[in-house]
Amino acid sequence: MTTATMEHRLGSVTALPVGEGRAYPVGDEMVAVFRLRNGELRAVSAVCPHAGGPIADGLIDAEVVMCPLHQHIFELATGCSKTGQPPLKVYPVRVDNDELVVGLPA
Amino acid sequence: MERLVVIGNGMAGARTVEEILERGGRDRFSITMFGEEPYGNYNRILLSNVLSGAEDEAGIFLNSLPWYAENGITLRAGVRIDRIDRFARTVHADDGSVTPYDKLIIATGSRPFVPPIDGMRNPKRGYHQGVFTFRTIEDTRGMIRYARDHERVVVIGGGLLGLEAARGLQQYGVAVTLVHAAGHLMNSQLDAQGGAILRKSVERLGIAVELDARTNAVLGKEKVEGVRFADGRTIPCDMVVVAAGIRPNTEVAELSGLPVERAILVDDHLRVLDEPDIYAVGECVQHRGQTYGLVAPLWDQAKVLADHITGRNPTASYHGSRTATKLKVAGVDVAAMGITAPEREDDEFVVFAEPRRGVYKSVIIRDERLVGATLLGDVSKVGFLMQAFDRGLPLPEERVRLLFDLGGPATEVSAAELDDAAQVCNCNGVSKGALVSTVHGGVKTLNGVMDATRAGKGCGSCRSLVAQIVEWAAGGEVEQDPSAAWYVPGIPLDKPALMTAIREHGLKSVSAVFDTLAGGKEDAKSKMGLVSLLRMMWGDEYEDERGARFINDRVHANIQRDGTFSVVPQMKGGVTTPAQLRRIADVADKYRVPMVKLTGGQRIDLLGIRKEDLPAVWADLDMPSGYAYGKSMRTVKTCVGSDFCRFGLGDSTALGIAIESKFQGLESPAKMKLAVTGCPRNCAEAYVKDLGVVAIEGGRWEIYVGGAAGAHIRKGDLLATVDSPAAVITLTGRFLQYYRENANWLERTYSFVPRVGIERLRALIVDDTEDLGEGLDSRMEAAVGAYRDPWKEGQEPVVPGQFRTALPLRSLPLVPVRAGNGAVTGPVPAVGSAVAGPSNGGAQ
Ligand SMILES: Cc1cc2nc3c(=O)[nH]c(=O)nc-3n(C[C@H](O)[C@H](O)[C@H](O)COP(=O)(O)OP(=O)(O)OC[C@H]3O[C@@H](n4cnc5c(N)ncnc54)[C@H](O)[C@@H]3O)c2cc1C
Ligand code: FES
Repeated sequence: MTTATMEHRLGSVTALPVGEGRAYPVGDEMVAVFRLRNGELRAVSAVCPHAGGPIADGLIDAEVVMCPLHQHIFELATGCSKTGQPPLKVYPVRVDNDELVVGLPA
Repeated sequence: MERLVVIGNGMAGARTVEEILERGGRDRFSITMFGEEPYGNYNRILLSNVLSGAEDEAGIFLNSLPWYAENGITLRAGVRIDRIDRFARTVHADDGSVTPYDKLIIATGSRPFVPPIDGMRNPKRGYHQGVFTFRTIEDTRGMIRYARDHERVVVIGGGLLGLEAARGLQQYGVAVTLVHAAGHLMNSQLDAQGGAILRKSVERLGIAVELDARTNAVLGKEKVEGVRFADGRTIPCDMVVVAAGIRPNTEVAELSGLPVERAILVDDHLRVLDEPDIYAVGECVQHRGQTYGLVAPLWDQAKVLADHITGRNPTASYHGSRTATKLKVAGVDVAAMGITAPEREDDEFVVFAEPRRGVYKSVIIRDERLVGATLLGDVSKVGFLMQAFDRGLPLPEERVRLLFDLGGPATEVSAAELDDAAQVCNCNGVSKGALVSTVHGGVKTLNGVMDATRAGKGCGSCRSLVAQIVEWAAGGEVEQDPSAAWYVPGIPLDKPALMTAIREHGLKSVSAVFDTLAGGKEDAKSKMGLVSLLRMMWGDEYEDERGARFINDRVHANIQRDGTFSVVPQMKGGVTTPAQLRRIADVADKYRVPMVKLTGGQRIDLLGIRKEDLPAVWADLDMPSGYAYGKSMRTVKTCVGSDFCRFGLGDSTALGIAIESKFQGLESPAKMKLAVTGCPRNCAEAYVKDLGVVAIEGGRWEIYVGGAAGAHIRKGDLLATVDSPAAVITLTGRFLQYYRENANWLERTYSFVPRVGIERLRALIVDDTEDLGEGLDSRMEAAVGAYRDPWKEGQEPVVPGQFRTALPLRSLPLVPVRAGNGAVTGPVPAVGSAVAGPSNGGAQ
């Protein structure tokens, strides 16, 4: 995986409040990064496949994000929809030196 | 592995593939499906509901895109097959691709039949832009879009489709005329008398009906201006829907040299005549001279085809379907089977008609066998009749028993009476046996069974029968869906129990509730409801967690379909000043607000504001939030009142402002809209508000509760008549607090008030029979005291990036759409894509 991905730094992790998501433009993509309550991070594509809703504004729990526009639900770990929509993309994300780092296919 | 190619990804194609997979087809075939429509398979029947707005497009999909991938199917959505090469065993698609097959299934369905009518088509431009057919999602979207800003529609065709189209289009405020060439509606299913009664029911819905009217021209060059009938009469209209029947889609088969008469000819194994490796299924086939236009026969065909192609049962054969239809057409229950009128001298014909109630029932009996039946408006006997028709069961001596249950324990018997093989849900092809085995397999709730089998999820006409069967199969042990009573889905407690637990454990944050009452398991769907409840219970002491709030409550504005927000400043009682208006105008200019709109609650809405601009917009407005986004007290609408109005009996404006000032921003289980009107002329619409106050003679005021005038319309119930504005405010506070404490999440007052009962509410709130008054008053005072204008957060965001955009910067790649000429055009512009400005800026 490391060979095919390119890592991008998105700034301090403190800009991302616990339990919420923020959207980041990375190269040509928009990525929504979420900080779960247990501190783990998840990154998925930021645009809802249903009708373009802003995924980063969605409510989350440990497993899913719910798009704010029509409440379609997607698994954060796999991107799969639980409500019959096409999936979101999933990206690897980690913290390095207090900075958010996501990996996108190079 | 053999290569299986399927042409047509509709109801028959996809169902057949499901049946093949169920018979181990995944190990035997590598499957490729071609579908001209650019999506997964959806339930075409439910397009009627999409048109009427009863269902969302997203809700009608039967097979989502991931389903294909999970089952190893290559889906080529949006690709049309032009030709089959039977000798090379390949299919040729319109994108130039050539795909080889070992086995081929044709499931191309039907297309709308459009009779030759002058002026409908322009040889160069195709259909007139105001003319529609009704077959696909695309058609449905087109009609909805067009109906919204047009006024009169003529629907051509008085069969099932035409009736559904007429009913659906009414939702958009267009006047609808249904035009039918035959002498009565639904003439292929109903006899003349039944048709006449249906006509009455349809007219009662406000749909005009023209019979014996053969349309021969659409009038108007640029715009549709009307239609003309063969007898010369014309009807003005600006939109035309053609629902005059369907024709099997046989073009590809014909071009490729396969045998076609009215449809593609198949044998009893659903194999195309003389073609060992090509099958056909669904509306595109002709079997023993019959073609079908309903889904029930497809389910039988799909099973036989799957048995045969997988070798599971090489002798499986299809002998045709006796079509008995049970439908809900334009809201009216209709069931029909067999012949519609007696044909022989000694056919017995038993008829009951009650036109006033829209009920009509008839049966036709020949040699002691049921050969035809029609039920309209009351289809309670359909279960038995369908079976009798299907299997030739012996009939009761008293023929009237075929039409009515005469005494005795009626319904239980009919659930027990039904044969296991009897089809209960025609839309999704579910038999009684399938329902029973699901129940015996351990699913004991109605919703559980419906989810597992899809029964009842089509037109809905079978739901009560499904419920009866589930109850019968569970031996009376149907479990109430326990979760139905829960306040939120993620915590197994109803509201009173949840409130007690929260109080006992002193839970003041959403995460504390999950930790203590749900074993630490968070649930996204439950968060909003919990935030509202905790804020109501704890007021100032509530421990806020931003992530638990819905986006609207994180940024105090209402998210719009394109991801921008709407901003509505407070304007108490609908009263404003020139200075405020000037400021609003300046803000609208400065931020280039795309739309400024007056709301129904007498305020001004600034629509299309970017999230990152919200704090600056609020600062410039320098007005408090109008709470147009939350589950909270929204606004108090008023009329001009006694100061200026000639009729005013009480100063409604002043009282409205006082009420709004007192209860501003109060959170509640659902939104609350209030009004005060200065006389019973009701200019402020107080009778249809969650709480409405009406001034009457003698300086007195009436208080109505539980009214609504949204999707649901209800006149409020009179709670009390009082003597002073102060008394109005006290009772308003008590009622709102009682509602806040006792209503379920998202339960509007129009369901809450009838649920509790107005007498009981009056006793509790006005007469204070259980001494609740003081407590309600003091808890309400505490809540009111905790009010803070949320727009002040603009000055100092609570969390980093609170107002940072989450919108994409570019248009989104979507499935290509197809223009009328068959060429692929560019991607559909996505909603909410065209947003300027950097997304990483603006984190104030
Ligand atoms: C509004 C509406 C309401 C209805 N209500 C009812 C009801 O209440 N009860 C009932 O029993 N029936 C109802 N029907 C009828 C029912 O929907 C059909 O009987 C059923 O959809 C037929 O399934 P099918 O697979 O044969 O055809 P379809 O569902 O039409 O599927 C055929 C598919 O093949 C595709 N296709 C065609 N040609 C090609 C090609 N050359 N290459 C690739 N793909 C191709 C088409 O795009 C289409 O997606 C209703 C129909 C409509 C439109
Ligand atoms: S846009 Fe996401 S649910 Fe509709």
